[in-house]
Amino acid sequence: MPVLEWIRFILGAALIVLGLATFIMEIYGVYRFRYVLNRMHAAAMGDTLGLAAAIIGLIIMNGMNFTSVKLFLVVVFLWCASPVSSHLIAQLEATTNPEAGEYESKTLAALEAEEKEEK
Amino acid sequence: MSKLRPQKDYEKTAAFRFWSWLEGKKDPYVGTLEMKEQKEFRESKVAAVERVIDHEKLHDKIYDMEKNKEQKFFRVFYKISAIILCVVVIAALILCASYLPEVGNASNPTNNDTMKRYVEKGMEETGVVNTVTGMILNYRGFDTFGETCVLFIASSCVMILLMMSEEKLRANETPDFEPKDDLILQTIANLLVPILMIFGFYVIVNGHLSPGGGFSGGAIIGSGLILYSSAFGEKKIRRFFNEHVYKCIKVTALILYGCIMTYHFYTGANGIENLIPMGTVGNIISAGMIFYINLFVGSEVACTIYSFYALFKRGGL
Repeated sequence: MPVLEWIRFILGAALIVLGLATFIMEIYGVYRFRYVLNRMHAAAMGDTLGLAAAIIGLIIMNGMNFTSVKLFLVVVFLWCASPVSSHLIAQLEATTNPEAGEYESKTLAALEAEEKEEK
Repeated sequence: MSKLRPQKDYEKTAAFRFWSWLEGKKDPYVGTLEMKEQKEFRESKVAAVERVIDHEKLHDKIYDMEKNKEQKFFRVFYKISAIILCVVVIAALILCASYLPEVGNASNPTNNDTMKRYVEKGMEETGVVNTVTGMILNYRGFDTFGETCVLFIASSCVMILLMMSEEKLRANETPDFEPKDDLILQTIANLLVPILMIFGFYVIVNGHLSPGGGFSGGAIIGSGLILYSSAFGEKKIRRFFNEHVYKCIKVTALILYGCIMTYHFYTGANGIENLIPMGTVGNIISAGMIFYINLFVGSEVACTIYSFYALFKRGGL
C-alpha cells in the first residue's frame, strides 16, 4: 500500500518539523527574555510540546514495535519530570526574590529602556 | 591493650603508638609541629602611611600607561604575539592533520590484530554478547579498576574536605527557601523512584547482554537516590542509606573487585580454566567474572554519585 506509506511519512515528517520549530522558538525565547520566570515559560514549551511532537513523529515513522514503546516511555518520563523541576525552580524564585512581583507590570520595552539608561 | 605485658611496658612499644594513632587518641604532630597562635592583624600608623606612599609610587612609575612607555609597548607586543602564536599553532596542527591517513583505509595502523581479535573472539573468550563490556571489563579490566579507584579517591577527598561532625550537622538545619514536603515533588517521586531503581538494576545486570553496564546503571540508581532524598528529606533516606551502609558497600565492592581482578591475572588473564563458571552465553548469570564486576562497579558508582550530592548539599550523608 504505497498510499498508506506516503500518508505515514508525511504525518511523521510534519510532526518532527513541528517539534523542531518548537525547539527553535524555545531557544530564541530563552535568550530573548530577561527574567527567570519568563525564560522558564519559554523553556518549558520545548521540554513538553516540542519533545512530544518530535518523538511521536518518530513513533509514527517507526511503526508499532518495542522501540516505539521505549520512545513513548521517554515522553512519559520527561512529562513527569520536567514540569516538576520547573515548579521547584519557580518556587525557589518566588520565595527568595523580594522583588518577584514587580516584574509583572513592566513590559519588555520598559525593561530594555531601563537597561539602556544603566549603560 | 595487651594481655601479655603490663600496661606500662606496652605503652612504650611501637604497636601501642600505632593503634592509638589509628583510633585518633594521639596525633604525633601535636606538640612537635605547632604553629604560632594567630592574632588579629593591626597596622601601625607609620606603616599605613608608608603603604599608601608606596602604592602611589608604584602606580605612577609602573601602572600609569602615559608615563611608562615600556609597559605600554609590552602590552601591545603581548597581544600581537599571542595572536601570532595562536595562528601558528593552529596552522601547524591543521597541517599535521592533513598528513594523517584516510579514514577507513585498510592499511591504517588502527586496523590491526587487536581489533580483529576483540570482534571475532570476544564472545568466545569472555562469554559476553555486548563486545564493548567484554573489552572494558575483561581485556582492559585493569584500566577499569583504576577508574573505580579514582572514583573512590575522589569521594574520599570530598568527604575529607566537606564532611561535618554529627553535632554540627544537627545544629544547622536546611535553609527556609528549600522546599520541605512539597506535595507535587513527593507524588512524582513516589512514581519515579521505584522505576528508576528497577531500571538502574536492570541496566547493571544486563550489562553483558545489552548496552549499559556498571557505570551507567550506577548513575541511574544514584540519581534515584538523589531524587528520593530531595523529595522526602534526609531523615527518611538515613533509614536505609546512612554513612555506615555507604562505607560498607563502597569498601566491600572495591575490595571484591580487586580480589576478582587479582585472581583473573593470577590465572593468566585469558582462557585458562578458573573457578568462576562461564555459564551459557546469553543467560543473565553468565560471562564469568564480568557479571560480578558489573555489580560491584554499579554499587560503587551509585554510592559515589549520591555521596557527592549529599556532601555538597549538607556536609554529611
